[in-house]
Parts: sequence; structure tokens; C-alpha cells
Amino acid sequence: MAEDKEKLFEIEGLRISAKNDEGEEVKIVKGVDFNIHKGEVVALIGESGSGKTTISLATLAYTKPGLYFSGGECRLFGKDVLSMSPVEQRDLRGGNVAYLAQSAAATFNPAITINEQVTEAAVLHGRLTQEEANERAIELYHALELPDADRIGYRYPHQVSGGQLQRLMAAMALCGKPDLMVLDEPTTALDVTTQIEVLKAFKKVIREQNSAAIYVTHDLAVVAQVADHIVVLYAGEVMEQGSADQIINNPQHAYTKRLMAAARPKPTSGMGEAVTNEHHRDIDNIEVKDMTAGYGGIVDGEPVVPILRDINVSVRNGHVVGVIGESGCGKSTLARVMAGMLPPARGDVILDGKKLEGSLKNRSLEELQKVQFVFQMADTALNPKQLIGNIIGRPLEFYHGLTGKEKHKKVSEILEMVELPPAFASRYPMELSGGQKQRINLARSLAANPEVMLCDEVTSALDSIVGANVIKLLTDLRNKTGVSFVFISHDLSTVASFADEIVVLYAGRVVEQGPVNDVLDPPFHPYTRLLISSVPEMRIGWLEDTMQKREMAVGIARGVEITRRGCPFYNRCPMAIEGTCEMDTPPLRQLKEGHEIHCHQTIEALEEAEREAQQILHGYEKIGEDDQIPTAH
Amino acid sequence: MTDNVQVNKDKEQAVIDELDSFAELPDAPPKRKFRLSWVGWMSVGVVVFWLLICIIGPSIAPFHEMDMEGDDSFLDAYSGEYGTFVLGTDYLGRDTFSRILYGARNTIGISLAATLLAYLMGITLGILAAVKGGWIDMAISRVNDSILSLPTIMLGLIVIAALGNSIPNLIGIASVIYATSVFRIARALGLDIMVQDFVEAAQTRGEGIWWIIRAEILPNAAMPLATDFGLRLVFVVLFISSMSFLGLGVPPPASDWGAMVRENLQGLTYGSWAAIWPAIAIASFTIAVNLIVDDISAKSGGSLAKKMV
Repeated sequence: MAEDKEKLFEIEGLRISAKNDEGEEVKIVKGVDFNIHKGEVVALIGESGSGKTTISLATLAYTKPGLYFSGGECRLFGKDVLSMSPVEQRDLRGGNVAYLAQSAAATFNPAITINEQVTEAAVLHGRLTQEEANERAIELYHALELPDADRIGYRYPHQVSGGQLQRLMAAMALCGKPDLMVLDEPTTALDVTTQIEVLKAFKKVIREQNSAAIYVTHDLAVVAQVADHIVVLYAGEVMEQGSADQIINNPQHAYTKRLMAAARPKPTSGMGEAVTNEHHRDIDNIEVKDMTAGYGGIVDGEPVVPILRDINVSVRNGHVVGVIGESGCGKSTLARVMAGMLPPARGDVILDGKKLEGSLKNRSLEELQKVQFVFQMADTALNPKQLIGNIIGRPLEFYHGLTGKEKHKKVSEILEMVELPPAFASRYPMELSGGQKQRINLARSLAANPEVMLCDEVTSALDSIVGANVIKLLTDLRNKTGVSFVFISHDLSTVASFADEIVVLYAGRVVEQGPVNDVLDPPFHPYTRLLISSVPEMRIGWLEDTMQKREMAVGIARGVEITRRGCPFYNRCPMAIEGTCEMDTPPLRQLKEGHEIHCHQTIEALEEAEREAQQILHGYEKIGEDDQIPTAH
Repeated sequence: MTDNVQVNKDKEQAVIDELDSFAELPDAPPKRKFRLSWVGWMSVGVVVFWLLICIIGPSIAPFHEMDMEGDDSFLDAYSGEYGTFVLGTDYLGRDTFSRILYGARNTIGISLAATLLAYLMGITLGILAAVKGGWIDMAISRVNDSILSLPTIMLGLIVIAALGNSIPNLIGIASVIYATSVFRIARALGLDIMVQDFVEAAQTRGEGIWWIIRAEILPNAAMPLATDFGLRLVFVVLFISSMSFLGLGVPPPASDWGAMVRENLQGLTYGSWAAIWPAIAIASFTIAVNLIVDDISAKSGGSLAKKMV
């Protein structure tokens, strides 16, 4: 029980403020209390702007520039860290309390070997000598299950993978045996498969070292795996706090419930809305045929750096095709080829039955207007020096020749379509929130009145509630306008809830595609199964369960490698057939209508593998029962 | 369960209302007032003052710039029969005050004209090189590099010696020399902005190159270029002065602040202020221009930083 444990860190009435232009006080954190006990992981949950990072930094007696402490205490072993002298605070930071930033890639210095960086803080603070620190580091590398643990320290940061670097950062934090670790969104930027790898290592090492930690995230499913105690924040105030079990399984506060509802459910069949036939046409809207593409120019019909190989994808009118896969699989490249930003080396892009030129320079205005690309980051995709009205107005003027009042009226209409007030036309992108910017980003493409919208990870950078709203908007738009979507995402749940068809890409090849309900029902391609098993469930103990699955042992902690022949998934596949899979292109296995799997294993073998996996998890229970999500209400 | 759950019930309804009522919206559009600090306004005053002097200077000057009124050179301020030489006289016994009033037109006129021309050339070619890339970029950049590799004064000397010493020639050569560095900056900025998503979005829309330059690139390059403008102006003033020093600047006896400093340097040893006054004039003008630019960029940069918090 929590009361029996020693209180390590107490945060009491913490207030943090900033000054605005007029010199008025703006409260960022409005009186927050919580305690951290020894060996306990406390999760701070909230959306952007909830002050979770600001609060976590307060444990280091640090605020971001422009902020200041306006009240309250943060006591480490009963001693207030906020009122410490700078010298004491210096010892605290990196000594007693260690901070793990979100991006390991940005934290490591590329010019210094990993070991030097991992041991630096511990030695600097005099907690260990260099020799002790080196020993401790190797011990931690082993504990974090890093490959080649004895020598990985001699490498440079670019010589290890993203997931490994994230784990090495944990080693850096733990090296000096801190009393408290602060982990700021340590898995948010990672692929699901990498996220599991990192989560598993973090969890193990936290247990073994019996260290206390603050885990900052917006992802409830992740929190369910690691946290003992959860603090739900909104706008700098605690909405609800309690044990992980209670918050996850029995949330009391309406906001927590809202968060749970917006959290990604486990992707299963039947999540999405069925498409109506209202906008049906006989001819495919956009189609990619036998397409091969890559970067670095084309030599003898082959790209110098090949990315996509022999791709066949077609999008029917008014349908949504979701493209999923880990980073580096060529999802964005596919959309860029469709948009004409990257001419393919071989193969065709066909719009309404008419072959399109590979390069957008040679496409007609009408063809350009019909295919619109929506960029991932609204922050960079909107010109900061243009008014929203001009950003949305430009396609209207450019494609449809609207000017003056007509244009103005249409801009208002489009703004209303994306559920924003027409008054926004006279704002600059900087004056909008992230979700609003993404809506403007979509609105600009809508203004062209396109037939196909290529959406590249449009919800990835958004908070869950905001992202869910954007998906809802996209669904409405699809129903209203009959626009087809190619929806690229690494988030399987989002795709499952929005797409009609799914294309699973791995290392530049389609491994499975078909109607969403067929793809998400067994049998799966081994890679699809790895992806599905990697999506965190909001259930305590899920991580341990999923790690028992066979594909996890081989599949996670390995990167995407693009191969020139055979099946690229060979080295991560639990069912790989040596001598065949790495040599020959996998055959296409047609299941139901439109559902195809590219694999050397037979359908029967794939079905058998699924049964086995379920038996390991559930004894002889019926397949599919673990699909049930704990409901939020 | 001994683990007590704390629920903030007071806030429950408020939070949900906020979520439902588009809490993402900032309520009122932020104020977009153009504001300068008092330093900025003071600098504007100084610049306006000097521009005014450019226009009316000669008509309010007590003497003509070439009049050798004084009996003696390097007279002190308020010397002369009736204290007529407000700032004293120079090495030829000309009234320093009048020469500064006359010289404003030359110094400010020439340096502003040369800098503006340099910017016109530099930005046009720089952005063009950045946008077009390939051999166009290569060709312009290499020509630019070769001009950059020549010592500026040397180049100026040769051109002026060949074409003759006149104000248009001086403006021409100064603008070419300084266009090279403007080109560099404009090209670098252009390259940076070219790879931004919003430019790519414009390209996928099928926009033409001039629209992309005008609507997407230039507005984003304007502020850094303006910051550089202030600095570049100072360099041009100094360049014109050094040309004058070598006798190839503003043809004497017309006055020019840079030339005045140079002519009267020897006077410093006699405790004369004749070289100091024009130097103060140069400093006040160039510093004021720089302060205005800094103030504007600090304001826009500042609000940006605040919004990021």
C-alpha cells in the first residue's frame, strides 16, 4: 500500500506562471499536489498545454525561460528544491533527479561516443568514479537488453537505432543512481513496434533498480503499462488522481472519461463506418500500377536508392484507403508519387482511367486540381506570412478563377466546412492552435475541390482528442463530398476507424491489402500481425501478455531494411522459410474478394499461427476475446 | 482500497464545457499593432531629421560648402567674428557645419542609392539562383564568387579609374560590390525557404515560379534581409569614404562626410573637432537605421517566441 512506503518526493500547491506582453501574470500551473513514493512510477497525463512537462521540470527546480515559480513547494526527502541555492540545485539536477527528454536523437551529441555521454553526469556529480560508472553503464546496457552490451558504449549515436538510443538515454539517466527519474514522452515519437521495445526495457529497469519515476505522456494506453499512480491534468490543474488500476478501469472525472474515449482502441474489424454507394462510379478514382520508385535519380529504369517496388494500389471513388507501416516503409513516398512530386521509375499513376504524367510539371491544371496532397505538419505547410483567407483563397483563385466577393464567400463556406468560424480568414497561422492549423491545412486542399486527397500522417502530431475530432471531420467530408482519401498513418487504430481499405506496406512492398475488416481479421500476414500486436491496449498487464507472442520475439527491436529481392520482412518474420523467403518474391495469395496477402506461407499455415498465438495467450479460449477493450464508461 | 482517489469535481463541468465549445479557439484575434520602442521612435526621428537635411540642407546652410570664409583653418566652434562658424572650420578654413549640411545629400544619397541597388540585384539573382538551382545557380554563384574574391577597394579603384570619377559610377560600382554579399544571403535564405512544406504545397498546386517567389519566399525572407540592410548601409558609407580617401570618391570640392573625416584627420593633433563632427553625423545616421531594423525584428521575433511558449 502506498502509505507504507517512504515518501520520496512531495509536490504541494505548486504554482508556475508566466508574464504576457502587458506584464500581467498568466497562470500556467495552478496549484498541483501529488506525492511520489519510493519505487513508484507516477504518470502525468494530459494534452498539450496541460502543463505536464512544466510540472515535471519543477522536480529539477527548473522552468522553461519566461516562466517562474509563483508558489508551492517541491520537497525531495522533505527538503524544498525550489528554495535551494543554485549550487545545491546543480547537484540535484542530473544527480538526485535525472531528466530524459523526448527525443534521444536530439539529446545525444553526435560527436562523442555513447559511453562518455552515459557516464558523464554521474562522474561530474562525483557520485561514481569513471571506472565505477563504466561498470555501471555496462550493467545497465545488459539490463536494458541492448545488443552487444559490452561494446555498444564505444559506438557513436548514429550507429545505433532510434529505439536503442532511447534506451541508452535511460541508461544515461540511471547511471548516477538518481532518486527520481523524469521521463518526458519517451516513446511518443516512436513506431509502435519500437515503442514496445523501449517500454519493455524501461519497465524492467525501473523494477530492477527500484527507482521512482515521473512518466509524462498523453497516451493512456502506454501509461497503463508502466504507471502505479496516475495524475490527470487539464490546463495546469489536477482533474483526478489515483492508482493506475482505478483511473484506467474506473475513471470518475468527466475529462478522464473523455480522454479514455479518444484514446486509441485496439484496431479490430468493424470499427469504421461502412461506405455508402452514393458516390459510386465504375472507374477507379486513382490507381497505381506496377510502380517502382525511389530517390537519387534513375539508372537503367531502376532508381539508385529504391524505396517502392512493384506497387499496385487502387482507390475507388469516395473510398478511404489507409496506408500503414513503420517509418521507412515508403508510405509517404507512395503519396508523393501519386501527387507527382516524385516521378516513378517504372509503372503508371492512373486518374479516372487516364494515365497521369509522372512529374507534376507535365500534368494539366485540371489533373493537379483533382489530386491534392495534405502535408503532415500544418506548422510548416502553412506560410506564416499569409492570412488564412489568402491561404484558402489561393486554390479557389488559381483553379476556379474566383476573385473578390465570390472568393471571400467561398472561403467562409470552406472554413465552416472544417468547423471554424469565418472570422478566422483574417488571422495568421501563428494565431491558431495545432488542431485548427491542421483544419486549415485540410481546408486549403478542399478549396481545390479535389477528387482525391492524399493525407500524410495528418493526425500524428495532434493530441488524441483533437486528432479524433479531425478524423470525425474527415469522415463527414467524405460523406458530404465523395472525395476519396489516401490516408497514410503509422497508427493502426486511426486507420481502422476511418479507412475502407487498408494497404500494409513493408520496406517498400505491399505485404497485405484489402477491405479493412478482412485485413484486421485473421489470417494475417506476419507483419500485419506484428503491427496489430504492438498497438498498446488500455489494459494493465497488456505489455507482458503481448510479449509472449511469437512474432514479438523476432519482430521488435529490428529496423526496416529495404531489400532488392525476396521478402524484405524475412529477418523479422517468425515464420520465415530459410532459402525461400530471402531469395524469391513472395507469391500473391488471394483470399476473399480484393483481399490479398503476399507471403510464402500458405493461408492455412498463417491461420494455424494465429490459433497458436491465441492459445499461448488464453489457453483454449475462443479467438478474439482479447479484442474486447475495457469500456470507458 | 486504501489508495484514495482524488477527483476535482468543482472543475468537472467547466472543463467539459470548454472542450465542447471549441476550447482550442483563442477567443479574440491577437492584437496586431505595429509598435516600436522609444529607442525605435528616437531612431526614426534621427533618420527623418537627416533625410530632411538632405532636402533643405543647402538652403539653410550659413555658407556655401566651398566658401573658404575663415581666415584660418581648424578654428574652434563659435569662433570667427560673430561666432559664425558654429562647428568651427576645416583644414581649408571652410565652415564645417555648412559642409555637413551639404554633405548629407551626397553621403546619404549615394549610400542609400547604392545599397538599394545592391539589394535589388542581390535579391533578384539570389532568389532566382535558389529557386532555379542547377546550372543557373552554378553560373550566377561562380560569377559572384569571383567578384567576391577581388579586394573591394582594388576593384573600385580600377573601375573608377577606367570609367571616370563621377557619382553615378560610384553608385554603380558600390552596388555591384555589395550585391555580392546580398546575393549570398538571399540565396541562402531562399534555399532554406524553398524546402519548406508550404513551398512544396504551392508547387504541387502547380503555381508558377514568380508567384512562389513573390507570395511564398519574399515575405519570409524580408525580415532577415532588412536586418542585413542596416549593416550593409554602414559598409557602403565606409566604402564611399575610403574611395574618397583615395581621391576617387565624391569629386572635391563637393563635401561628403567620409571625405570630411579623412581630410581633417590631421586636425585631431591640434585638438580640432573638424573630423569628429562628420564622424558623429555618419554614426548617428547608420546607428539609427540599425536600431530601427533591430527594433522591428525584435518585436516580430519577440512575439513569435512568446507564442511558442
